[in-house]
Amino acid sequence: MKLAIVIDGYYFLEKFGLITVIFALSLVVAMYSTLAERKIAGFLQDRVGPNRAGWGGMLQPLADGVKMFLKEEIIPAESSKFLFIVGPSLAILTACIGSAVIPWGDTIVLFGRTVDLQVTDINVGVLYIFGVVSLGVYGIMIGGWASNNKYSLMGAIRAASQNISYEIAMGLSIIALLMMTGSLSLRDITNQQHGFWHEGWFSWNFFSQPLGFLIFLVCAFAETNRTPFDLPECETELVGGYHTEYSSMKLGFYLFSEYINMFVSSAVMSTLYFGGYNYPGMDWVMEHAGPTWGPLVGVAALLGKIFFFIFFFMWVRWTVPRFRYDQLMNLGWKVLIPLAIANIVATGLWMTVKATYF
Amino acid sequence: MAVFYLVAFLSIFFSLLVIFSKNPVHSVIYLIITFFTFTIHYVLLNAQFLAIVNFIVYMGAIMVLFLYVLMLLDLNVNSEPVKSSLMKIAGIVAGMCLLVTLAGALKGSGFLPAGAHEEVVQRPNLGLVKNLGQVLFHDFLLPFEVSSLLLLSAMVGAVLLAKREPREI
Repeated sequence: MKLAIVIDGYYFLEKFGLITVIFALSLVVAMYSTLAERKIAGFLQDRVGPNRAGWGGMLQPLADGVKMFLKEEIIPAESSKFLFIVGPSLAILTACIGSAVIPWGDTIVLFGRTVDLQVTDINVGVLYIFGVVSLGVYGIMIGGWASNNKYSLMGAIRAASQNISYEIAMGLSIIALLMMTGSLSLRDITNQQHGFWHEGWFSWNFFSQPLGFLIFLVCAFAETNRTPFDLPECETELVGGYHTEYSSMKLGFYLFSEYINMFVSSAVMSTLYFGGYNYPGMDWVMEHAGPTWGPLVGVAALLGKIFFFIFFFMWVRWTVPRFRYDQLMNLGWKVLIPLAIANIVATGLWMTVKATYF
Repeated sequence: MAVFYLVAFLSIFFSLLVIFSKNPVHSVIYLIITFFTFTIHYVLLNAQFLAIVNFIVYMGAIMVLFLYVLMLLDLNVNSEPVKSSLMKIAGIVAGMCLLVTLAGALKGSGFLPAGAHEEVVQRPNLGLVKNLGQVLFHDFLLPFEVSSLLLLSAMVGAVLLAKREPREI
């Protein structure tokens, strides 16, 4: 087995640096998402939100972290101890590895070296994301089962069936997109959406796949267990859901992984449907800002889109009430899957007509 | 090759744990790890698409359902039925017979045709999505469609079995 890539020291250093930056970025974004969530909840409910720690509550996430770490850790006596620890570890692990295939920016020139702002461009990037998403449910299932508590088990089982159901609709909604792009690599998909306007139509995939995006968005809410689909941790029925028995930082990991998942799924949505690091007038900016600052503007554009989607997640959480479980299943199996299949057929027809008559 | 032997050892080790662990849920978790080592095997063979599909379908979907059912059943070590030693001996004999038959069949039939390894090495792009799609939808279109029909009929049958009986008047 021979690898075609010539690996020199700088290459290694560059990838290592990139991984560190992305890891730190997702953690910091997730940290401040917790603050943003509470601030937005406060705004929507006409109150102030946390504002004691630091200026406007800026140190609140740090205070929460310290609290989580210092709290007493309780492992239930009748639980299976090893799996009880594996659960939250797996949840945070799967949340963090999803960001590896997302292209964060165009190739950038740093200190005379051309650097790809993507950890790895595997040619099945979209499927990798799906694999990580499907692995994510194990953290919840194992943790819920290991707690040896009826409510936790109910939460775990709800999470499993919900994730399985919505994964199908999510995969089908992506197929229509892949038919148009003809590539599974996220880098290729992003480059195809260059700029904003191409041959008389918007170049971003959202404008050619609006229905697919809508289905993907709904499924992303379900996969990240966010309201209106947070049935696994529904506190009115299940005490705390799958993390009823968890305390201290293990609980923190579960809650934190939800925010990292939100960040990664926002990044995936921006990349697949909203052009990733592309923005209107990027050619002009690239020409004037040079090969170092030009791509960085693109990174900022991508981050802007991601922050918008994170805000959207929170906006929906504090606006829409929770679904009932049978409604959730009906929506997944009887509405989203047929819609996604219809979308595939319509896309195929349109592509054939376009290829034949235009 | 060293990586292959390490991963192969891990596959066999975890599949043995699947059989020997008392708790069915632990068994399923070991099975998940076994499937993960299979994914690494596919990656080593440069079959990226197969690797990731194995990952999504087996690890991410089928095993989740296995785990789901086992968690609902709540099988414990205590509730496990005690099998008589006659049953155990019969099981061992039957299993060994199957193993010997499989080994003999694979050894005699030339399971790996000569030059298959060279083919993989010379064409490193063999396992990529594009080539796999070409083969499936061009050379083997009919078997592919027939097998998908088979799966569809199985699904329809399962739904029919699970449906509530129409109320008899």
